[in-house]
Amino acid sequence: MLKYIFSFAWLDQGTTWILNRIGVDTGERFGGSIHFFIYDTIKILILLSMMVFIISYMRSYFSVERTKKILEKLGGFKAHVAASLLGIVTPFCSCSSVPLFIGFIEGGIPLGVTFSFLITSPIVNEAAFVILLGTFGLKIAGYYVVSGVVLGVIGGYIIHILKLERYVEEYVYQIKMGDSVIKSLSRRERIEFAKSNVKDIVGRIWKYLLVGIGIGALIHGWAPEEVLSKYAGPENPFAVLFATIIAIPLYSNAMGTIPIAEALINKGVGMGTAMAFMMATTALSLPEMILLRKVIKPKLITMFTGITGVGIIIVGYLFNMII
Amino acid sequence: MEIKVLGTGCKKCDDLYNNVIKALSQADKDAEVEKVEDIVSIMSFGVMSSPALVIDGEVLIVGRVAQVEEIVNLLK
Repeated sequence: MLKYIFSFAWLDQGTTWILNRIGVDTGERFGGSIHFFIYDTIKILILLSMMVFIISYMRSYFSVERTKKILEKLGGFKAHVAASLLGIVTPFCSCSSVPLFIGFIEGGIPLGVTFSFLITSPIVNEAAFVILLGTFGLKIAGYYVVSGVVLGVIGGYIIHILKLERYVEEYVYQIKMGDSVIKSLSRRERIEFAKSNVKDIVGRIWKYLLVGIGIGALIHGWAPEEVLSKYAGPENPFAVLFATIIAIPLYSNAMGTIPIAEALINKGVGMGTAMAFMMATTALSLPEMILLRKVIKPKLITMFTGITGVGIIIVGYLFNMII
Repeated sequence: MEIKVLGTGCKKCDDLYNNVIKALSQADKDAEVEKVEDIVSIMSFGVMSSPALVIDGEVLIVGRVAQVEEIVNLLK
């Protein structure tokens, strides 16, 4: 029974049933597209609201201030692993990148460790996870999380080895931070926090989702398979590169367009290409780079973008090879 | 009473600011509400995630948009 509910088979069958009742044949092209659109929209919106609520509630037990305290005590390679893992669970919006960066550096957390956090945190976010879960299933969503952590650990570690501290703006080292107060939240405040996150995330992404699912539905019914797999299939060496590059100027809300990838993958486009696109929309965003420019010099922004970008492309190729 | 809303100018910071204004009128209180956007001042409060609410020098809320009702309670 539970499996039936969570596989959304009820929704699949229900949509088919209703469409058949009103005279739409879901077996043919047009009906198939309509079915795809309705089914996917409802499924992802339900999943997104539910999961963002649950994940946000769990995240309310963590805070940037607490994460900083933990990382201050760690050193070496394991600090990178810890920073990356904490990047998953710490509630953090990229609009706070600058205060977080200054706070970490001021607390004596090494630059590379700070970047391990800053790389993984946006990649592994609740919305990306849920959209992948809804479109491709648990296994792919899991691979995505693991890749995000590996990317953060290695990317941050490379920045550490290259000793790029001199590319941090000097004033950052002079800032003295006040003592942080870590407040425990009441249950009601946690629920409020989770609710406002659902509102915020669903409110930002739903339009992109509709467009993404709409285009996905069209591709589903009409796009010629041979053409697509020829140009964007796993064999095309430029597909991943292209997906990564076009993602940079897009806001992370663009991850809502991932259902396009679902439809494309059914037509022979590589899974790795879709993963690379998702990672790049979240990790390599132009607005975040502009924010970070306040605290680090262009050279370090370039290195950060380059290392993360190359990492994402490698992940993309890897997944195209193994899935 | 002196109220400060700390934040680097994101949408959530505006939301918190608006909630503070609403809470003040609900609680029928008068206070000076200041938006603090300068990063050095924000850091001096020990705040790393925006938005944050400071009342009379004490950091009461960090990293989330508090609801009007909650702020009304804090104002008491």
